[in-house]
Amino acid sequence: MTPLLSVRNLRVAFPTRSGLFEAVRGVSFELGRERLGVVGESGSGKTMTGRAILGLVRPPGRVDADRMALSGESILNLPERRMRRLRGARISMVMQDPKFSLNPVMTVGRQIVEGYRLHTGVSRAQARDKALEMLAAVQIRDPERVFHAYPHEVSGGMGQRIMIAMMLAPDPEILIADEPTSALDVSVRNEVLRILDRLVRERGMGLIFISHDLNLVAQFCDRVLIMYAGRVVEELPARDLHAARHPYTQGLLNSLPRLDRPVERLAVLQRQAGWRDAPPEGAA
Amino acid sequence: MVQPDMLDQPGRDGPPPAAGAPSGRAMRLGRRFAGVALSLVLTLLGLLLVTFVIGRIMPIDPVLKVVGERATQAQYDAAYQAMGLDKPIWQQFLRYMAEVLRGDFGRSISTGHAVAQDLRRVFPATLELATLGTMIGVLVGVPLGVVAAARRGGWIDQVARVVALVGYSMPIFWLGLMGLLLFYGILGWVGGPGRQGIVYDGMVPTVTGLILVDSLVAGDWAAFRDAFSHIVLPAGLLGYFSLAYISRMTRSFMLEQLSAEYVVTARVKGLSERRVIWGHAFRNILVPLVTVIALSFGSLLEGSVLTEIVFSWPGIGQYITKALLAGDMNAVLGGTVVVGTCFVALNLLSDILYRLLDPRAT
Repeated sequence: MTPLLSVRNLRVAFPTRSGLFEAVRGVSFELGRERLGVVGESGSGKTMTGRAILGLVRPPGRVDADRMALSGESILNLPERRMRRLRGARISMVMQDPKFSLNPVMTVGRQIVEGYRLHTGVSRAQARDKALEMLAAVQIRDPERVFHAYPHEVSGGMGQRIMIAMMLAPDPEILIADEPTSALDVSVRNEVLRILDRLVRERGMGLIFISHDLNLVAQFCDRVLIMYAGRVVEELPARDLHAARHPYTQGLLNSLPRLDRPVERLAVLQRQAGWRDAPPEGAA
Repeated sequence: MVQPDMLDQPGRDGPPPAAGAPSGRAMRLGRRFAGVALSLVLTLLGLLLVTFVIGRIMPIDPVLKVVGERATQAQYDAAYQAMGLDKPIWQQFLRYMAEVLRGDFGRSISTGHAVAQDLRRVFPATLELATLGTMIGVLVGVPLGVVAAARRGGWIDQVARVVALVGYSMPIFWLGLMGLLLFYGILGWVGGPGRQGIVYDGMVPTVTGLILVDSLVAGDWAAFRDAFSHIVLPAGLLGYFSLAYISRMTRSFMLEQLSAEYVVTARVKGLSERRVIWGHAFRNILVPLVTVIALSFGSLLEGSVLTEIVFSWPGIGQYITKALLAGDMNAVLGGTVVVGTCFVALNLLSDILYRLLDPRAT
């Protein structure tokens, strides 16, 4: 079976005054109808990997790979016009903070309808019905009212649910969730995750869940990629995360405080220059 | 601003649908505009106070200006009393306010007419020029700034930069003279100095004082063409200057918005670049853009003295400058009140526009 998404040796680089900055240096993975977690520190290339898949790395940034294919057909450096037809329709993305990722001067309804109509070409009334249906699907009690609300009139958690509704309306096959709960309250976080999980399962989608929260990813995902300095250092099933073999992953795990095993001092993450270029541990 | 009833609890997503909202909204709007109107009145009062004080502390004796150098002491005293200068200062201010509200700014010494009458003549000339200039500045400057931001570093951006730089740095009187020399003197494409050719002077009945409008009202196409050929060069010059400013400001506003997250969202949705720029980012710069345009329009309404002098344009800038040089305080203060009122009105207008353009404005 061809995977939904297959990425081999993805590289993203930006020319800077002091030479080429390589944000992503040879990332390979495959995504099926599963929840794939991508974990790493900030600057490890998680976000850029997501943007590169969507073709959203703006010049002068450069994207290069041996292979990047969506259901078997190559999407590497497609012309912008063809990439636009994939974006939103087949691959979509939810970003970190709905306060910034929703357009402040447009009503929620218009923002949902806009993307949906673009890819389906349905009438205004049909798109409206779909938007209300999607708002209901993310458990918004009064979709009619929220449809006419502006983003500043809803809370963060509701904003993120709106974002999910908007991005899932055109029925994409893959959703990239880039730190979708980092800007939310802990109490709201689980709610949003549950909705996201249910919708992704129901639709049989592939989910790339980018996060820096190891525990969250361990609970929520099927498989985890650990990234360091633009590379995947380890790949393993989420349930085996505690048995990680790579010293970087172990270091990350050891630097988390645990209620059941209190320690005098938390371990400090030690980084080694050798990790930058060593081949990844585990399944790959 | 999160309302407490919208806290994130599924099943309690918010207050019951605000069915009675329209009347509540109307009330809120009404109260808001009442507040704006109050601040408007206070601002105008402040403006009058300032012009009044300036009129009193200027080392120019208003009585002497009226009675002349050779008046006797008795004549001087009579005029002094007639002008109310013997009264307490607050009474003088009340009298001044009453006069201004009646549209009475006194008599201008240099023209011999009532200042109000002079202003009715010179202000429309400036208004016409400033409006046309601002229209050019907006219609060219805004798209230029948006495109320059969208293609940052591209050739359009470079051209826009040079155009704006030249606009900033060229002295306007020089450009004006060169323009007259080339387009009027050599090519004969446009009319010469002044608002109208000598043949058409006073031929169109005055309705608004804007000759372009008046000639259209009268249905006089020849007069319209003539007035247009006279205004096109000075308006083009002023337009070029406001274009330089507006395009640079538009560009920087757009750059800020284009790096915002919601722009990424719009791109993720698969929108075309045109819709991302004009449908999403551009709508978010409208509020600051309105301020910039209003300020630029206001500064043109002050009258661009150099342009008016080069083009013999009988506008308010020239009028006030001449009056100031002649120590004609009535004319100066009258003109100042008119210009100040324009600024206040423009502020009010942009305030109203903010509220229409930005749903977050309260």
